[in-house]
Amino acid sequence: MTISLKPNNSSPEKLQPTGWLKYISFSLDHKVIGLQYLVCGFFFYLIGGSLAGAIRLELTSPLSDFMPREVYNQVLTLHGTIMIFLWIVPVVNGAFGNYLIPFYVGARDMAFPRLNAVAFWLIPPSGLLLITSYFINGAAQSGWTAYPPLSITTPAAGQIIWILSVLLLGGSSIFGGINFIATILKLRRPGLKLMQLPMYCWAMLGTSILVVLSTPVLAGTLILLSFDIVAHTGFFNPGLGGNVIVYQHLFWFYSHPAVYIMVLPAFGLVSEILPIHSRKPLFGYTTMVFSIMGIVVLGLVVWAHHMFTSGTPPWMRLFFTIATAFIAVPTGIKFFNWVATLWGGKISLNGAMLFSCGFIINFVLGGITGVALAQVPFDVHVHDTYFVVAHFHYIVYGGSVFVIFSSIYHWFPKFTGKMLNENLGRFHFIITFIGFNLCFAPQHWLGLNGMPRRVAEYDPQFELINQISSVGALLMALSTLPFLWNIFQSILYGDDAGDNPWDALTPEWLTSSPPPVENWEGEAPLVLEPYGYGEKNSNKIKDQK
Amino acid sequence: MTSIVPKEQSSENKKDLSTEEHEDFRLFGLIAFLIADGMTFAGFFAAYLTFKAVNPIGPDAIYELELPLPTLNTILLLVSSFTFHRAGKFLEKNEAKQCQKWLLLTFLLGVAFLISQMFEYFTLPFGLTDNLFASTFYALTGFHGLHVTLGSIMIMIIWWQTRVPYGRVNKENIFPFEAVELYWHFVDGIWVVLFIILYLL
Repeated sequence: MTISLKPNNSSPEKLQPTGWLKYISFSLDHKVIGLQYLVCGFFFYLIGGSLAGAIRLELTSPLSDFMPREVYNQVLTLHGTIMIFLWIVPVVNGAFGNYLIPFYVGARDMAFPRLNAVAFWLIPPSGLLLITSYFINGAAQSGWTAYPPLSITTPAAGQIIWILSVLLLGGSSIFGGINFIATILKLRRPGLKLMQLPMYCWAMLGTSILVVLSTPVLAGTLILLSFDIVAHTGFFNPGLGGNVIVYQHLFWFYSHPAVYIMVLPAFGLVSEILPIHSRKPLFGYTTMVFSIMGIVVLGLVVWAHHMFTSGTPPWMRLFFTIATAFIAVPTGIKFFNWVATLWGGKISLNGAMLFSCGFIINFVLGGITGVALAQVPFDVHVHDTYFVVAHFHYIVYGGSVFVIFSSIYHWFPKFTGKMLNENLGRFHFIITFIGFNLCFAPQHWLGLNGMPRRVAEYDPQFELINQISSVGALLMALSTLPFLWNIFQSILYGDDAGDNPWDALTPEWLTSSPPPVENWEGEAPLVLEPYGYGEKNSNKIKDQK
Repeated sequence: MTSIVPKEQSSENKKDLSTEEHEDFRLFGLIAFLIADGMTFAGFFAAYLTFKAVNPIGPDAIYELELPLPTLNTILLLVSSFTFHRAGKFLEKNEAKQCQKWLLLTFLLGVAFLISQMFEYFTLPFGLTDNLFASTFYALTGFHGLHVTLGSIMIMIIWWQTRVPYGRVNKENIFPFEAVELYWHFVDGIWVVLFIILYLL
């Protein structure tokens, strides 16, 4: 059975607003939705970043003098929730996924355009809900993990709004995941095989499988938690015969895969960027595909390594330690493949390339501390200290956020048809890289020496290191300024990019910049070797021009 | 092997792109959604089984369930799956009147299930917050009941849309019918698992 893309009597695309208005409308165009995700996510990044600044400002002195402890807890919770659910997850999945996946599979839109628009428009209201909860009797105070009994005993209003907001965002994420799976598996251009797809498609396929399998479990858990808060049931309340460990298991069944939901798409994006800017084919395509799928499978069975101090039985510790250590294998394969891709390439050190290389360095450091944290004796020592904070930020900031910046530098010419200023881009990278490492590297030391996380007050002996860390945070905050200046400057006065400024072979560059509504004027090009760079194919790139 | 097949410059490409056709994969999307929905139940079941294994209920707490009513409920739902299937057969044969009759029967069976479930709720000796078992029982059956309620509403929508000649669901546009049918079978399947885990184990 076949269906028409559009009903013959009404053409929704013709009713869509044009010009800048389309970006604030219920647009069905995957490119518009992708940019909506990106701009909306960046807005929340600025809010979450300001909250991080407030946290670092508070921690410059050992006493809680900048803000009261309750407010510190709320700021901490909002920072974590906003950065994870409103910035990284929507941007690495929603923004770039929506923009690129239909190009990569040779389609004119996502499989379910309306569902796609619904998935995006769930995000702004839930984000606003989360932020406004601060003004209604205080926001949630129990951290982004919302562990009971803490989340049951802190003020209920903020916690319930937090649950509602995360449920909405989870729904948005599931709708997006279903859409990506259907698009990649079912909407491919005839003649295009799965093993010929660009790597980002594989990363998004793996991520979407994780989203569809694990997000509903979080939703169910949060529904039970809301029963505990509102109806005074005792699922997770030991005082009423409940069990807090069950919450932790169910929560981490989602939230460990959530880490892969944040970094797997970043892996995919880096795999697109590195070959283009080093003029070499992606090294080890097949091993990349299998390592992504290996991470997906292993990612679902390692959650309890977050719970080594929660009284887990020895066999469980053993199993989860070994499973976690195994994840280093596929991840390591990917890193060696990226280095091999760069090896001997004709590397251009532009903004996109620099941020990708920064990602490789940071993520290797974060990965090493991750393997260390999976070892029970070490984990018991540093659990809930700043070591975990440092590890986590090396993964999600040094990993995912660096890739988001890299991708913005790489695809900005396609989004707008204008080039970004590369010198400003390099400047942005240097400040971000120095600021990031200055902020988070010292926190390893803090953690090893026993400074607990999530507390506004600390032992005065840690003051100097905390101040160094705060200087790094200040640099990171300042690094946003040249970036924003670059974006606005380039949109207004940037050089014209042309259709394919990077001489790339992937399908999104084989159309105009910005692309027309249905992606291609004529038939979609059939790209069988998306990474065919190097001598063999240099003539083809010229022909393409 | 060429890496890029250039755009073909034939006049065929000038045809209106909006009439381009592709395979219908709405059912595929629905299945993906049902897998996600099933994972929510899987989380609840996992929580229930863990509670049962590690959190013993106090000796004087009441948590015995009567079997006859839930067995009747199971039969009601299984029969409703069958009647829905019959309705589909008639729709494929373009016999809308018969199809509507069987759909109505399915809806009535769904409502009978909900009434019976309500009756069970009101006759049980424990309330939502009495103990951990009671809370989990109500959360699980309630979440399933919500699914049955939504399914029943959707059956009535389908029933209304299969009317001749104004309804939009017919042999040519059968997807809405298939979608609700698949959802209904899914909800039945979940009930069977729930019945085994909650009442029989």
